[in-house]
Amino acid sequence: MQTAAITRESHGVAHAIANALYRNPRLLLALLLGPPLIWLGIVYLGSLFALLAQSFFHLDDFSGVVIHEFSLKTYAHLFTGANMAIVLRTVAMAAAVTFACIAIAYPIAYYMVRHASSKMKALLFLGVMLPLWSSYLVRVYAWKLILAKEGVITWFAERLHLTWLLDGLLAIPTIGGPSLSTSYIGTFIVFVYIWVPYMILPIVAALERVPKSLIEASADLGSRPRDTFRNVILPLSVPGMVAGSIFTFSLTLGDYIIPNIVGNSRPFIGMAVLAQQGTAGNIPLAAAFTMWPIVIMGVYLIVAKRKGAFEAL
Amino acid sequence: MSETRSIAVKFENVSRVFGATRAADNLAFEVYDGEFFSMLGPSGSGKTTCLRLIAGFEQPDIGHILVHGKNVEGVPPYERDVNTVFQDYALFPHMTVAGNVEYGLMIRKVPQQERRRRAGEALEMVKLSGMGERKPSQLSGGQRQRVALARALVNRPAVLLLDEPLGALDLKLREAMQVELKSLQRQVGITFIYVTHDQTEALSMSDRIAVFNHGRIEQIGTPAEIYEHPATAFVAGFVGVSNVVSGALAQRLTSSSQAFSIRPEKISLFDLGTPVPADMLGIEGQIESATYLGANTRFVVTVEGKQIAVIKQNASNVGTPDTILGKSVLVAWNLTSMQKLS
Amino acid sequence: MSSGKSTPWALRLATFAGMLFLHLPLLFILLYAFSAEDKSFVFPIPEFTAKWFSVAWNDRPDIWPALALSVKVALIATLIALVLGSLAAAAVWRSKFFGRDSISLLLILPIALPGIITGIALRSAFNLAEISFSFWTIVVGHATFCVVVVYNNVLARFRRTAGNLIEASMDLGANGLQTLRHIVLPNIATALLAGGMLAFALSFDEVVVTTFTAGQQETLPIWMLGELMRPRQRPVTNVVAVFVIAITFIPIMLAFWLTRDTQDVAGSGK
Repeated sequence: MQTAAITRESHGVAHAIANALYRNPRLLLALLLGPPLIWLGIVYLGSLFALLAQSFFHLDDFSGVVIHEFSLKTYAHLFTGANMAIVLRTVAMAAAVTFACIAIAYPIAYYMVRHASSKMKALLFLGVMLPLWSSYLVRVYAWKLILAKEGVITWFAERLHLTWLLDGLLAIPTIGGPSLSTSYIGTFIVFVYIWVPYMILPIVAALERVPKSLIEASADLGSRPRDTFRNVILPLSVPGMVAGSIFTFSLTLGDYIIPNIVGNSRPFIGMAVLAQQGTAGNIPLAAAFTMWPIVIMGVYLIVAKRKGAFEAL
Repeated sequence: MSETRSIAVKFENVSRVFGATRAADNLAFEVYDGEFFSMLGPSGSGKTTCLRLIAGFEQPDIGHILVHGKNVEGVPPYERDVNTVFQDYALFPHMTVAGNVEYGLMIRKVPQQERRRRAGEALEMVKLSGMGERKPSQLSGGQRQRVALARALVNRPAVLLLDEPLGALDLKLREAMQVELKSLQRQVGITFIYVTHDQTEALSMSDRIAVFNHGRIEQIGTPAEIYEHPATAFVAGFVGVSNVVSGALAQRLTSSSQAFSIRPEKISLFDLGTPVPADMLGIEGQIESATYLGANTRFVVTVEGKQIAVIKQNASNVGTPDTILGKSVLVAWNLTSMQKLS
Repeated sequence: MSSGKSTPWALRLATFAGMLFLHLPLLFILLYAFSAEDKSFVFPIPEFTAKWFSVAWNDRPDIWPALALSVKVALIATLIALVLGSLAAAAVWRSKFFGRDSISLLLILPIALPGIITGIALRSAFNLAEISFSFWTIVVGHATFCVVVVYNNVLARFRRTAGNLIEASMDLGANGLQTLRHIVLPNIATALLAGGMLAFALSFDEVVVTTFTAGQQETLPIWMLGELMRPRQRPVTNVVAVFVIAITFIPIMLAFWLTRDTQDVAGSGK
């Protein structure tokens, strides 16, 4: 063997840089973390705080000019009857949508994890991914066609002699209306349709984490499948449902496109924000309105973290 | 080991601390050029930390490490003339076998033709000729292990570090590889520093062994020294099976309370009443169990309440009659077989 | 985990109905793109025609700039997201630092909070900073919510890559930069590509944040929103909708295919 050099000699600027980074792990970390932190920590969080700050300004009633002074007048305005009605309407819709999403998503997720062959599973997976990632607007629009008074649902109801059922639904006070596309029922259907994929995948992730041995153990101990499901699988998939509901709940709280395209004209939080910052020019009130989703989701996230829902995200 | 041999790696009072644990605790030892040096110890004893200190993945908190006389403090791993065979091989999954083996040469800008030639030789050395175009995922565990070996050896490092390289292989393959590794080391003449928790492996391959425990070295010596003359109770118990005798029984046998160890195969059993030979030490005991193990039989003999293991070769085809259970015998061993423990 | 036992018919039915619910509506978009009736959504469609495709292609010059803008925005936002997302993933993977767990939360916030909040927050920040709305303000908005997609994909790949590959490379004489080039990048390439594809689809499709961060510019979704509110030729909207579906499905399918063995994409975070 040759008398080996102790170190391998290398030169050049790149090598010098590499050496400097190797000897200063903190510098390397700063270089890695700096750009994303500046972008999200300063640009994004900074914007959120700027928004928060603006909610403490208020609009002068006479001149219509925003007064840049600290006051709680905007919040006083936020808690008036008409504005609270908007909030309650939105939260009720978000809750209803979340439960419906769980009801639709759970069987699909359960089938994917516990029954589907691997090919079938991949297919279903893709079938959930495609609507999740794509064509939000197009998919909302599709329902405008379907729910229109002269549209697909009406026609099918006639063919199946179910017009009485449709009319009955639409005759229900509050949630009914002249047609599906101008009623809360319609808004609800579209919300569920748009957000259900967000519920399926976290439940799949949670179900996959249920050890098979646990299920077998439960069966060994003489549990009937139904009991195994209720006592073992269901509790263990709660984090998945919570993780999914972070999306379904939050996104419903802030959406304004869906109720704008399908629904009666009664506003949701998102529409109120849009109206206040746009035509009304009341940025402080718009900012105060956005605090609702932020605070609700903040509380929700803290509770969800305690429940371990982040592992299923 | 002659004193004139040059030193490949030297630890000068090296300590490495992780939180509250001293992974390496004031270590001072040398590894000679061309030596097969094993670091043996249970998991968490600090042997892998030592290896990582030499490779440059860890830096000592106190003390210095010298490679060929030069302090390597602050020298990054890529500038050390040291290569490692990782426990799980760490083969690059996106490269072919040849690509893996050529990697170190490619980085050092060795011309492509020479790279090819040397990689070919290295693969031939580990008996993987013709496998160069495969991906690591297409190889068996044993083949991957050989690729990892070739990938390190092709660079002709001053020191080769091996981190439990045979740990993932099954027993038969492991035994075959032990023989092969040893002859490979003789052939290339590179210093091997070999980390293992398997005492058989260390005994069968090494020129010298360092036995690690709790970040310290309990003993350094040739396999025979370590086995025949364990310095501490830990070494006696960890390397092979040993009876450690201490306290009242030691006092009675040797008139000194200093503990000693005695290997099971060095103990003889005689019928009661046989005179104890002059160069031997004897005491009465009862046979508690006898386990037939094929080549030999393992007895457990109770001597004054203490269980002593005895192993006898099955020279004649006798088996183990049940009648000997509970039988009183004379347990005796040669004075020179005893090892005083510190 | 598919087990030998028989699947209850109710479960099959629920799955089938659920998947039908997810996909059937898109078929109607396609169907209505061929409708000769352009004033209402009457069903069954009285008469079929393919003329709207040529109308969209030839007679609606307003579509093309919107499409071009959407593609440009999506490309640049994706590029920024690739850089920021993989840097953040590398930092979280390589080092243990204070607040490490908060990074994921920070990155996921722009898509976990409703788009309107991100939108209006950025809009008021731009106003405060007296930045006028332009192509670049749209890009900033899009990149903000795309980062997490790349981050999730790359971090998942990092976690699956044996950590000692980097040590092995350095052990064989490669410094950090050489290791990055020869070992790290090739190993995360498909994850980067998949993350980039998804980020592109997400950006190409986005409408809410864009509403707030765009000035006079019109991306394709903004154009479509305008058409939905004040329809001119409804079937043309359908033609464009079909096109949008196609152009977003392709990268998503590719992303799925690239990570098919790993399920990196697993909807994590989005």
